[in-house]
Amino acid sequence: MTGTAPAAGKAGTGEAPAAFLEVRDLKIHFPTDDGLVKSVDGLSFELERGRTLGIVGESGSGKSVTSLGVLGLHNKRNANVSGEIWLNGKELVGASQTEVRRLRGREMAMIFQDPLSSMHPFYTVGHQIIEAYRVHNDVSKQVARKHAIDMLGKVGIPKPDKRVDDYPHQFSGGMRQRAMIAMALSCDPELLIADEPTTALDVTVQAQILDLIRDLQQEFNSAVIMITHDLGVVAELADDILVMYAGRCVEYASVDNAFHQPLHPYTWGLLGSMPRLDRERSERLLPIVGSPPSLINVPSGCAFHPRCPYADLNDGKSTTERPELIELEPGHKAACHLPLDKRREIWTDEIRPKL
Amino acid sequence: MFAYIIRRLIGAVVMLLLVSLVTFGIFFWLPKLAGQTTDQIAAGFVGKAPTPEAIQDTKERLGLDDPVLVQYGDYLKGIVAGRDYKAGPTTDKCPAPCFGYSFRSSQPVRETLVDRAPATASLALGAAIIWLAGGITIGVISALRRGSLWDRAAMFIALSGVSLPIYFTGLVSLALFSYSLEIFPGGGSYKDFTDDPVRWFQSLVLPWVTLAFLYAAMYARLTRAGMLETMNEDYIRTARAKGLPEKTVVTKHALRASLTPIMTVFGLDLGLLLGGAVLTESTFGIPGLGRLAIDSIRSGDLPMVLGVTLITSISIVVINLIVDLLYAIVDPRVRLG
Repeated sequence: MTGTAPAAGKAGTGEAPAAFLEVRDLKIHFPTDDGLVKSVDGLSFELERGRTLGIVGESGSGKSVTSLGVLGLHNKRNANVSGEIWLNGKELVGASQTEVRRLRGREMAMIFQDPLSSMHPFYTVGHQIIEAYRVHNDVSKQVARKHAIDMLGKVGIPKPDKRVDDYPHQFSGGMRQRAMIAMALSCDPELLIADEPTTALDVTVQAQILDLIRDLQQEFNSAVIMITHDLGVVAELADDILVMYAGRCVEYASVDNAFHQPLHPYTWGLLGSMPRLDRERSERLLPIVGSPPSLINVPSGCAFHPRCPYADLNDGKSTTERPELIELEPGHKAACHLPLDKRREIWTDEIRPKL
Repeated sequence: MFAYIIRRLIGAVVMLLLVSLVTFGIFFWLPKLAGQTTDQIAAGFVGKAPTPEAIQDTKERLGLDDPVLVQYGDYLKGIVAGRDYKAGPTTDKCPAPCFGYSFRSSQPVRETLVDRAPATASLALGAAIIWLAGGITIGVISALRRGSLWDRAAMFIALSGVSLPIYFTGLVSLALFSYSLEIFPGGGSYKDFTDDPVRWFQSLVLPWVTLAFLYAAMYARLTRAGMLETMNEDYIRTARAKGLPEKTVVTKHALRASLTPIMTVFGLDLGLLLGGAVLTESTFGIPGLGRLAIDSIRSGDLPMVLGVTLITSISIVVINLIVDLLYAIVDPRVRLG
């Protein structure tokens, strides 16, 4: 089996799972003046150590909200979080703030999108790494400083013993992201969440950063969640892909399956929107028509139906009934009303030749 | 850094020259422009029913017949190097820094300033400590509990604090705590710290609190606004993601980043107050620079007014220089130079 499929069936049982990380029926809702924003609405997945899960989707599909939810970074006063998050046998949604805080940084860490705004401008890079290390490790400043220099060296920063005393604004964008990674990895977290770690970087640096994350993952054998809207990044790094739409998982598959025989029209759309260098330039990209749905008034039935070119093929079921996430092949799940054969036919005859 | 300080100091001196030139011009040049003769100007300095001899004497002593620029030059020279005043047969030696003599009391201006400055400094610094501690604490708590009852109550009180003038809150507090409850001594009871530390403290509690109330209100609102903005920054999220305790996140990461705008305002406020808190000193009868300024203006004691103005300018310039240097320490992105 290439991947671990989400286990929606076990949701709500409260039993500790065998997997390292298991998210069950996670719901993150924000009550606002305009209505209830359902940013994440019933998401389940599993992840083992040493494996990488890519979460892809458009802006506003709930990717980042999910990752912040796993780390327990939502303010309980303006977010309703329900469901279960099991990390290494511990349940996090019901755990106290202090318990989750102790795990943050030590067992689970996060790399953020924009390394300039994500580091405190008033403290040196070294100070921020030392701070992260010393919260969870009772060591002297000298020891922590040595560790910080080691980490900076490990992520490929030249002359780490000098750069450790620099401020974030004295680093280039790529160096800053490396420092951010050094900070996230300073306590050997077993779960690393990277939220669009390369979006703010130029392409040459992107590749270096992705290589770095892969190398470090192999070294530390950590589980990695890679959040991105860039399918290229996922293809490069992930073992499995979770495609999110309107706060729900619409397709879950191994990278191979997701790229070569995707079973959801939204995934087809994402693939069609991806520029490719190995094709004729004259052909236009095939963007998904329309825009992401409002998370306050999610479309009835299948949330994707207003933008789906095949929604009419289901006798109106798309507008009335929400498709469940069904395992169609081992390790490959999708939520769509189209008959499986029909989907395979559309993929092979219509979509694939155009990609 | 060093070059920066030198440049700023030169700038400060130029600025003080300008301030003194303008003030000097207002008092010694404008009357001439308005057509007053030097005799008339001198008569104003002598007092009631001036005799021709007294007027002549004053004119000579102050050099009122000289061109205004020469007079200004003499004044500056007096500050830097001291100055001799010819008064008939005798010569008064006025050592540097010489701000001249009071027209009214004939005392050297410098002595009076030195005499009055401790009261103003005690008032301003004591109040500053209270309003910084109080205002920032209230602002932080309000920001963290935005929309709560505490927040709304604190901001309402802060608004009233900003709107109520000191001669109202001051008089009310005097009436309540001094005349009715007799906890603190009333107005005009100020003694210097060196003479009577207990009395000094007792007499300053009400002025401190009253003055601090006014400013704390402003600082609470300022801190609250800054904190609300900072708490949404990405680096606060990072600090939380590292697993730092919330207390560290708030004080070390959020508050420090919110401090810079507060420092700017604080520099201006404290500098201005060190030149004399006119209303507070008048309300509580504290013999500080503010009272001195008012009294001197009322009695037309020009050298004294000039002296107080210069002291105020100097304190503003110096405090702001310190604030600018602190900026570079607080925010490493600020490059001095």
